[in-house]
Amino acid sequence: MSFLADYGYIGLFFVVSVVFALTTVLIPQILTALGVIPSKPSPAKSATYECGMDTIGKSWVQFNFRYYFLALLFLVFDIETVFLYPWAVAFNKLGLFGFVEMVIFVGILVVAYLYAWKKKAFEWK
Amino acid sequence: MDWLRWIIFVVIILAFALSFVMAFILLERRIVGKFQLRPGPNRVGPMGMLQPVADAVKILLKEDITPAKGDRWVHRLAPIVAFAPALLVFAVVPFQGKGPGLGFSLDQPAALADLNVGVLYIVAVSSISVIGMIMAGWASNNKYSLLGAMRAIAQMVSYEVPLVLSIVGIVIASGSLSLNSIVEAQSIPFILLQPLGFLIYFLGATAEINRAPFDLLEAESEIVASYHTEYSGMRFAMFFLGEYAYALGVSAIVSVLFLGGYKFPFGLLPQSFIWFLAKIFLVFFLMLWVRSTLPRVRIDQMMAFAWKFLLPLSLVNLLLVAAEGVSTIGFGWAAVGINVILAIAFVVIWANRFYRVKGVTVG
Amino acid sequence: MGLAISFWLLAAAAVGSALAVVLLRNVFRAALLLISCFFAIAGLFVTLGADFLAMVQVLVYVGAIAVLLLLAIMLTREAATGSPFSRWRIGGAIASVALLAAMIAVFRATPWKVADQSVVLKPTTAELGARLLTPESGFVLPFEIASVLLLAAVLGAIVLVKEK
Repeated sequence: MSFLADYGYIGLFFVVSVVFALTTVLIPQILTALGVIPSKPSPAKSATYECGMDTIGKSWVQFNFRYYFLALLFLVFDIETVFLYPWAVAFNKLGLFGFVEMVIFVGILVVAYLYAWKKKAFEWK
Repeated sequence: MDWLRWIIFVVIILAFALSFVMAFILLERRIVGKFQLRPGPNRVGPMGMLQPVADAVKILLKEDITPAKGDRWVHRLAPIVAFAPALLVFAVVPFQGKGPGLGFSLDQPAALADLNVGVLYIVAVSSISVIGMIMAGWASNNKYSLLGAMRAIAQMVSYEVPLVLSIVGIVIASGSLSLNSIVEAQSIPFILLQPLGFLIYFLGATAEINRAPFDLLEAESEIVASYHTEYSGMRFAMFFLGEYAYALGVSAIVSVLFLGGYKFPFGLLPQSFIWFLAKIFLVFFLMLWVRSTLPRVRIDQMMAFAWKFLLPLSLVNLLLVAAEGVSTIGFGWAAVGINVILAIAFVVIWANRFYRVKGVTVG
Repeated sequence: MGLAISFWLLAAAAVGSALAVVLLRNVFRAALLLISCFFAIAGLFVTLGADFLAMVQVLVYVGAIAVLLLLAIMLTREAATGSPFSRWRIGGAIASVALLAAMIAVFRATPWKVADQSVVLKPTTAELGARLLTPESGFVLPFEIASVLLLAAVLGAIVLVKEK
C-alpha cells in the first residue's frame, strides 16, 4: 500500500498548493474590503486595453490554421512517447528484440514526419 | 509518523520555492544588469537584497481589476491554474538521498513522495500551466491576450515533443522513472553521457517556460504583455511568480536528470542537498547567460527550430543511447567519449544544414 | 479508508464536471470543466493502482487533447456565445438514454471478479513494457499497428491542412 500512499501525499499537497494560491489571491480582496487597497472602479479602467486607443473591432482575431495542424502533430508524437516510456523502463529486460521493435515503431513515425516535412507542413507562412 | 514527515516536507517545499523564487527574481535583475554593464537594482537594502520584498509589498497594495467584457470567473481562476502546478513539480524532487551525507544521514530519500513514475509526473504536471495561460488569454477579451495565448500553445505544442523524447534516453540509462533512482544511477553525470539529450532538454525547457530567447509570449514590442495584459495586482503577481517557480522547477529538474542532483561530481565528497542547491543556481545562471546573449527569435524561427532541429536531434539521441544500451558499449566512459564527439558533430552538421535550407532563415 | 474517501470525492468531481460540460451554454467553460473531468479520472486511475495510466491520462488528455480542444474553440469565431438550439435535441436525448441503458445492462450482466484483498499493488510501468514488447505476450503486432495508426493520423492532418 505504501506505493499508493505516496499518491495520497501528493494529492494532499495538490490541495495545499491550490489553497496557497487561493489565499494569495484572497489577501488583496480582504485588504480591499478593509480599505487598505484602493478600489475606485471606472468604466475607463475596466475597458479593454489597446495601448490607450478605443478598441478596434472585436477581440477575436483571425489565426493561422497551422497552429491546429501542429497541435495535431504534437498529439501524435505525444502518444508515441507514451509508448516509449514503458519500453525505456524495461529496456534491460527486453534487450535486442525490444530495440528492434522500437526502431520499427519509431521508424514508421519518422516516415510520417518526413512526409510532413516534404509537404512543407512545418513552413510558417 | 508519516504525517509529521509530510508536514515537514510541505513546509520545506513552500519555504524552498518561495525563498528561491525571490532570490531568482533579484538575481536575474542583478546579473542581467551586470551583463548589460549597468548595476541593476541596488538601492533597497544591502546590494538591493530587499528589492523583492519592496516589490511584493507594492504589488500587494495594487488595485485588482477585471476587464468589463471578459469572462469574470475564468479570468479570476486563471492565475491559480497557472501557478499551482508550478509548486506541484517540487513534490517529487529529491533533495538528498538515502544513506550518509555531508553532516547527517537519512534513512530514506528526502522527497515529499518518491514516485516511481516521477519523470512522467513532472512532464504531466508542468503541461497543465499552459491551460492557465489559455484561460487568461481567452477571458481577458483582449486581442493581445488572445495572441499571447495562441503563442503559448504553439510554443508548448512544439517543444514538448523533443523535451519528452530527450528524457527517454535518461530513462533507458537509469532503468527507472523515479527521480531518486535516476540520481543514484549517475555515477557518471548524464550530461557527459548524453550531452545531446542535455542540450535538447535545456533548450526545450527554456522554450516551454517562455524564457529568452524564446520569450515570444512576452514580446512587449509586439503584443504588450501577452496573456496577462489585463491583469493587475496580486493576480498579475501570480503569473509572474509562476514563471519564476517554473524556472526554478526546470533548474531543479535539469540538476536531477543531468547533473547528478544531490551527488557531488564523481563522488569526491559525500552527497548533500547543498550540491543540489548549488547546481540549481548554476543552471539558472546558464539560463540568464543565454538570455543575455541571444536576441529573441521570430515565431517562424521558433517553430522551425523545434520541428526541424530539436526533434530530429532528439530522435538521433534516442537511437544512439538505445543502440549503446543493447550493444557491448554500455553506459561507461567509452560511451561518454563517443557521445560527446557525436553530439558535437551532429549539432555542427545539422546546424549548418539547417542554416542553408532554402526558405528557412534561422541562425 | 483514505482510498474510499478519495474514490468518492474523485468520482463526484468527475460526474459533476461531466454533467456541467453537457449543461453549460458557454463552450469555453464547458471545455475547462471537461479538463477537470479528465483530471478526476486520472485520480481514479491512481486509486485503482494504475500509476502509469494516470500520468498518461494527464499528459495526453489534459496536456494535449484539452489544448487541442481549446485551440479549436479559439480558432472558431463566436464560439463563446454557445451553440444554437439543435433540431436534433429530442433525437439526441433518446440516443443518449438508449446508450446509457445499454451500458447499465452490460454492467449488470458482467460477472465482476473482485481481486483478492491480499494482492499487493505494484508499480506498473516496467511490467507494462515487458508485457507489451516481449514476443511471448502476443502484443508485438498490435503494438506496431498502433504506430501505423498514428501514421494515418499524421497523413490525415496533412490532408486537412493543405490549402484549398
